[in-house]
Amino acid sequence: MAQHLKSSSKSILLNILRHNIGFSSPSHASRHLRHNLPHGPLTTRLSPNPITRYCNTMVDTLSSIGSHEDTNSQVMDFPGGKVAFTPEIHFISESNEERVPCYRVLDDNGQQLTNSQFVPVSKEIAVKMYSDMVTLQMMDNIFYEAQRQGRLSFYATAFGEEAINIASAAALSPDDVIFPQYREPGVLLWRGFTLQEFANQCFGNKSDYGKGRQMPVHYGSNKLNYFTVSATIATQLPNAVGAAYSLKMDEKDACAVTFFGDGGSSEGDFHAALNFAAVMEAPVLFICRNNGWAISTPTSDQFRSDGVVVKGRAYGIRSIRVDGNDALAMYSAVHEAREMAIREHRPILIEALTYRVGHHSTSDDSTRYRSADEIEWWNKARNPLSRFRTWVESNGWWSDEAESDLRSKIKKEMLEAIRVAEKTEKPNLNHMFSDVYDVPPLNLREQELLVRQAIKSHPQDYPSDVPL
Amino acid sequence: IREKMWGILRQRGIDGGGLSLRRTRSALVSARSYAAGSKEMTVRDALNSAIDEEMSADPKVFVMGEEVGQYQGAYKITKGLLEKYGPERVYDTPITEAGFTGIGVGAAYAGLKPVVEFMTFNFSMQAIDHIINSAAKSNYMSAGQINVPIVFRGPNGAAAGVGAQHSQCYAAWYASVPGLKVLAPYSAEDARGLLKAAIRDPDPVVFLENELLYGESFPISEEALDSSFCLPIGKAKIEREGKDVTIVTFSKMVGFALKAAEKLAEEGISAEVINLRSIRPLDRETINASVRKTSRLVTVEEGFPQHGVCAEICASVVEESFSYLDAPVERIAGADVPMPYAANLERLALPQVEDIVRAAKRACYRSK
Repeated sequence: MAQHLKSSSKSILLNILRHNIGFSSPSHASRHLRHNLPHGPLTTRLSPNPITRYCNTMVDTLSSIGSHEDTNSQVMDFPGGKVAFTPEIHFISESNEERVPCYRVLDDNGQQLTNSQFVPVSKEIAVKMYSDMVTLQMMDNIFYEAQRQGRLSFYATAFGEEAINIASAAALSPDDVIFPQYREPGVLLWRGFTLQEFANQCFGNKSDYGKGRQMPVHYGSNKLNYFTVSATIATQLPNAVGAAYSLKMDEKDACAVTFFGDGGSSEGDFHAALNFAAVMEAPVLFICRNNGWAISTPTSDQFRSDGVVVKGRAYGIRSIRVDGNDALAMYSAVHEAREMAIREHRPILIEALTYRVGHHSTSDDSTRYRSADEIEWWNKARNPLSRFRTWVESNGWWSDEAESDLRSKIKKEMLEAIRVAEKTEKPNLNHMFSDVYDVPPLNLREQELLVRQAIKSHPQDYPSDVPL
Repeated sequence: IREKMWGILRQRGIDGGGLSLRRTRSALVSARSYAAGSKEMTVRDALNSAIDEEMSADPKVFVMGEEVGQYQGAYKITKGLLEKYGPERVYDTPITEAGFTGIGVGAAYAGLKPVVEFMTFNFSMQAIDHIINSAAKSNYMSAGQINVPIVFRGPNGAAAGVGAQHSQCYAAWYASVPGLKVLAPYSAEDARGLLKAAIRDPDPVVFLENELLYGESFPISEEALDSSFCLPIGKAKIEREGKDVTIVTFSKMVGFALKAAEKLAEEGISAEVINLRSIRPLDRETINASVRKTSRLVTVEEGFPQHGVCAEICASVVEESFSYLDAPVERIAGADVPMPYAANLERLALPQVEDIVRAAKRACYRSK
């Protein structure tokens, strides 16, 4: 095929091939990642936009060759560009012989792998990352227990996924807008959401930023750029693409980041969002937490592809598979992905392999569909906290004493937060009617008046703890 | 921005022939000449000019949908906008209503003001989760932290000979959801004023147009041609004053009601015709004030009868003006069947002027 194209086109193709290979096999010992991106003549000729758009320029270059009448040409013209033909009947296999390799930096015991490439983290960041992972785990533990005691109506933990939560947040900037699914409270935690604020939402009291409108764990924070959790699965994916488009149009140095699970990748919105993001050239990170389970559905019943990472190529999206329980690998992958997304206006797909150690939620008992041994193994042998702790300690940045100090501090804070949240008043009655629209319309103002009148006339029929 | 636009256009393979896209929008130009005498404008031009002016006034407004750009719009409502504002503000989407609606809502979350076009509202069903769960409820669920200044627009209801999957009226479905505003223009002035109001509104708005009205011309005032013109959302218009019976309707049926009123006038019945303009919020005051004046109500809609817009109007009147009624409320709706294709059957499945006349006469005890 290459012999029939002009040499400049040939070099474009080779650049693309070289680029594609460059990301799956690190070939040097340096700790800093190198970018194998095509530069130079590709970028200046057709597009005044300095950002590399090699796919578009390749199409243009090929179409400028002109139509060949040459019957010896091995290439055919179709909408979409020229394509080589082959006389052999050959179906592309449903899967590669080898699965896409998984990027990791630390081994199971937390030792740094030789030849590992990663973005270095400072002591400050590493200690904050580890501390937040511990905080997240403890917060989940204590809220879960509170639900079991009947003090909360519902809770969903992120056990086993602490590294995904915290390390990805650490690699982003506060201006990056987050579109979560519901198992990513760690991102909020990293950005400064306090334990009290988490508790307020879970108890739905008047200090809850959500004004008591949502179930527990449906957090949202305008000022921390974290869009309120919406329970519908994968609907946040196209929303993130739209937000990314807005960021691109405003030329902000920020991207949109959206999280979803292995189950979420089956939704139609996943397809629409990835396809669209590629066409729109939107700066968005799609981070899939492939934790093996969608409630009781294992991934073998969810899809037959090699996980989620291979789907990126189908949409023309650069993708990477990462060990989601390796905090350093997550940090590096998200850091690099963010750079590419913003600099080149492109979506990136990150599949973080992990395991959902906890139940789907407090409404689920996962021992009914998986063995307790399996859960226990993942909790012990592949625990993201212990792996990262080993690495942080090996740098002399952490100790047993620091650990116990942190844990007792958090336990105290958590119990206090719950105590206060439980005692705080519930939201006022007028919040039942506010925010339906920007300005309450007449019919809602009337309805509120009617409710207040009814409560006044029949106080015994209404709960006494709703402040009026 | 001009070079960038040309660069992008060239990458899309538009050659110099693209210049042929630029044509004088003669109807609109003449409508703006401010000459003496009454002007007329088609609903299509009214919508086009409204979008154009709002895009010009606010750089955050952008249009997205299938065929809105290069094709100039499936019904030519967005004609000329691509060449004026460029492909980043007039965005041709892949065929995925769920996709582009979700993306539009996401863009609105982040501060842009999308105008999302559905080729017809029948196709909005593929995106309805995003309209309801991602747009309508967001301001409430986020406690005011996320507002969604988005407009969903497109033709709604029956056209001519397009069959069941292209003829449904969605006014009742969308108007039942708190958090949405639902508008249905009739005349060119309605189209201009309401679309401008919708684009400026901070809440999600469902804007139900009608394909058969696009080509119809209406007289339009100087005031309505001004770029700051805007109609209030939630106010109905009394198209024709009367004293014997109130006919309440919206969209295309307003035209039928006006014709029915003419026929009724010949028989000595003075009908008051109310053009709802806004389905949610429903202008209950205007409706009830009119019924208290005439004591009789006839409501008309194209959509299916059960749980329709007319049902809500009747309930409102019975609840609030019961003692003023001199006759049972009359409700005319489309037939309770998926829209048939054959022209004769389609005509029978939709309300006609005669149906409105008969219902008004029944309310006035003149007929069975």
